[in-house]
Amino acid sequence: MSSQVRFTDFKSDKQPTWCPGCGDFGTMNGMMKALAETGNDPDNTFVVAGIGCSGKIGTYMHSYAIHGVHGRALPVGAGVKMANPDLEVMVAGGDGDGYSIGAGHFVHAVRRNVDMSYVVMDNRIYGLTKGQASPTSREDFETSTTPEGPQQPPVNPLALALASGATFIAQSFSSDALRHQEIVQKAIEHDGFGFVNVFSPCVTFNDVDTYDYFRDSLVDLQETDYDPTDRDAAKEKVLDADKEYMGVLYQDEESVPYEDTHGLDSNMSQIDHEGAPEGAMDLVREFY
Amino acid sequence: MPADFNWAIGGEAGDGIDSTGKIFAQALSRAGRHVFTSKDFASRIRGGYTAYKVRTSTEKVRSVVDRLDVLVALTPRTIEENLDELHEGSVIIYDGERTTMADVEIPEEMIGLDVPLKSLAEDAGGAIMRNVVALGAACEATSFDIEHLDSSLKKRFGDKGSALVENNKQAARLGQEYVQEHYPDADLDYDLETTDNDYVLLNGDEAIGMGAIAAGCKYYAGYPITPATDVMTYLKGRIENFGGHVVQAEDELAAINLALGAARAGARSMTATSGPGIDLMTETFGLVATSETPLVIADVMRSGPSTGMPTKQEQGDLNMMLYGGHGEIPRFVLAPTTVDECFWKTVEAFNLAEKYQTPVYLAADLAMAVTEQTFEPDAFDMDAVEIDRGKVVDEETIEDHQTESGGFKPHEITDDGVSPRAFPGTEGGAHMSTGLEHDEQGRRTEDTEMRVKQVDKRNRKVETAREREDFSPREFGDPDADNLIVTWGSNEGTLVEALEYLEADSVDVRILSVPYLFPRPDLTEEFEAADQVVVVECNATGQFADVVEHDTLQRVKRINKYDGVQFKADELADDIRETLAADESQEVEA
Ligand SMILES: Cc1ncc(C[n+]2csc(CCOP(=O)(O)OP(=O)(O)O)c2C)c(N)n1
Ligand code: SF4
Repeated sequence: MSSQVRFTDFKSDKQPTWCPGCGDFGTMNGMMKALAETGNDPDNTFVVAGIGCSGKIGTYMHSYAIHGVHGRALPVGAGVKMANPDLEVMVAGGDGDGYSIGAGHFVHAVRRNVDMSYVVMDNRIYGLTKGQASPTSREDFETSTTPEGPQQPPVNPLALALASGATFIAQSFSSDALRHQEIVQKAIEHDGFGFVNVFSPCVTFNDVDTYDYFRDSLVDLQETDYDPTDRDAAKEKVLDADKEYMGVLYQDEESVPYEDTHGLDSNMSQIDHEGAPEGAMDLVREFY
Repeated sequence: MPADFNWAIGGEAGDGIDSTGKIFAQALSRAGRHVFTSKDFASRIRGGYTAYKVRTSTEKVRSVVDRLDVLVALTPRTIEENLDELHEGSVIIYDGERTTMADVEIPEEMIGLDVPLKSLAEDAGGAIMRNVVALGAACEATSFDIEHLDSSLKKRFGDKGSALVENNKQAARLGQEYVQEHYPDADLDYDLETTDNDYVLLNGDEAIGMGAIAAGCKYYAGYPITPATDVMTYLKGRIENFGGHVVQAEDELAAINLALGAARAGARSMTATSGPGIDLMTETFGLVATSETPLVIADVMRSGPSTGMPTKQEQGDLNMMLYGGHGEIPRFVLAPTTVDECFWKTVEAFNLAEKYQTPVYLAADLAMAVTEQTFEPDAFDMDAVEIDRGKVVDEETIEDHQTESGGFKPHEITDDGVSPRAFPGTEGGAHMSTGLEHDEQGRRTEDTEMRVKQVDKRNRKVETAREREDFSPREFGDPDADNLIVTWGSNEGTLVEALEYLEADSVDVRILSVPYLFPRPDLTEEFEAADQVVVVECNATGQFADVVEHDTLQRVKRINKYDGVQFKADELADDIRETLAADESQEVEA
């Protein structure tokens, strides 16, 4: 199948119910194109979706997929990949899903470095629950639950990833279709955990972090002489409070994924014995 | 001398109590004696005290008793803690040179063997072997052939080099000789008979782990918690030899989600935890059930609520396993009743999970999980293990389960409630699984008709299982007795031993031990045939008693223990006798 896969093969027959203009349309298209472009097909791809408007992505795509519980998509993805390393695994969710309720898993998914990609649709708001502050909302961003703004600094996902030992950190913008697709593709191709924070504007509830804002403010690292393999340079960039960057911020080219360090190469769905496996009686004898 | 012999070593946490106890237990097992061990590993008064108890006999032993024949006391507290179990003629081995033991008084009617454990150990090559010197002394006190101890020491220290094994053997000899020399006249008439039988010695957690490997489990994710951790420890380093993998997750939320991911990928997958971990897993449990994912979750229960008494026994999570989770979710709840049943129920759990595509709870408990028991090796006959993966479709059969436009139907409405399953990678099988209500293809829906169809379909699996599987209870005692005693989980062994006390007193009882808690056997007929029904369980409110009262529309009497300690056979026999004799008029009328 893979030879003639087109990105539309990854589309399901469900029509997205996202608001017209939502950034998630562009994010999803880029993901599907990146999957097709890297030689995957729906039958060997597993998409794990979070909860939120962003998490609906699994419903609109066609592949093996699971739409989990809020914040827990990353461990599901890791479990899928460990059990069958032949599958292409992509995890997707929102900033609330990933950096709030799921923040603990984020840190450990980064450390674990399973060979999969993680795409976070960062709209700096909770969309599905109708406009509350998210962990990436600005300090003074007024919402229904934070009328004076959260009055706490936003989570810096890129810095969190770097501090946790990430081997691939990137940021993209859903409406820059070509760059977004390229960046997700690089995350897929990376040997290890490919993390992409995507600015994916919520046109309904966030009137600050808009398309115009990102278009004007984002600096594309590709247009500079930035070296993404330089960890010190990455430190400087992810901690830069004055600018937002697009592109690959860090990639460890020596990254060895979890499956390799742990000797996982078999498809665990297969059991080739109808009873106990050969040699099982040795397990009993051990207790003599 | 009593065939039934009880031995213990006690001291402070960190004194190596567990490993010493285990070495002796193994020596007994290798000498063809049955063994039943128990651990006191938390404080009743203040921190630190720990003991390992071994009951042994040439007959099968199924529970703990309140008697100690030989006690190795490394601290004065050890004697204090066990005083009511010691009796006339009990032997206490201690090291009078140890500062804290210098002034201990051995009760007059008992035999104190003051053995310089530490200095003899130093003579043999290191103070660390102190406990092994005590084991040698214990061999002498019980006329137990020290060569059995040697073989156990070799097993324990063999991979650390033969010098270490030799030193330990020497340490044991020094202990033995010291007693021979210094207490030639002591009245040590214990005599531990040996047999030619071959036994294996293992605990419930190990049996669960072994059952998982036997059943073809390939993936385990867990987060450490007492008393479930041993399942993970057992699997780590072993399951890899069978193509499997163990992950220590960052928490229980991750553990169950990792396991869910592996199960969706098609692997036989499991996690194990105890009450607090089950709390954390409950949200995902609902997803597992709704997405119809086969998954085995062992709850090795301990005293709750909250962090409760982490090292103490209780069967308090039954309601949580039966009803936990929002909404209504079909599930299986199996409760192994003995250490060997931990193995078989784990195998069965994997088959039920895949045949019915549901999560399965294994309701084990601390008393069984940390208790080592001897078995004939064929109690774990690997040739009897069968694997049934249920309705898995492949590239050829998948067409029968597709829509006209080629969409696979993982939640196809079927008569038996079970739908086809396609492992990822199967061509034409790509589909969505979700915790949202969905249609046959797994696509979200709020269509009222489809909602009802899917709920009914999932619940229909329970009916199908009731028809196809055998959920009978295990039966003991007199089948025609008027008095019926019902229990679940690890109380079975104790009850079976209590039976002997009751029979000796001419109290006839019939015992039903129920290993299937959901779906469970219908006990109405058995209840109607009985004059009195008593439900025995280790919790305060009688969770199982409530359930069977509801099932059978009949009131039962209850025996509940919730002090953190498992039942003891003689104690339980007394409770049963009293409960059966209790004035009927005090009973609540239905
Ligand atoms: C345990 C739990 N708590 C709360 C919710 C409700 N909830 C659904 S989506 C969401 C926030 C989603 O925010 P984000 O991840 O930023 O996604 P977005 O909708 O903005 O794409 C919340 C709180 C839930 N589904 N589960
Ligand atoms: S609410 Fe916001 S995030 Fe959700 S669909 Fe609408 S625009 Fe997108």
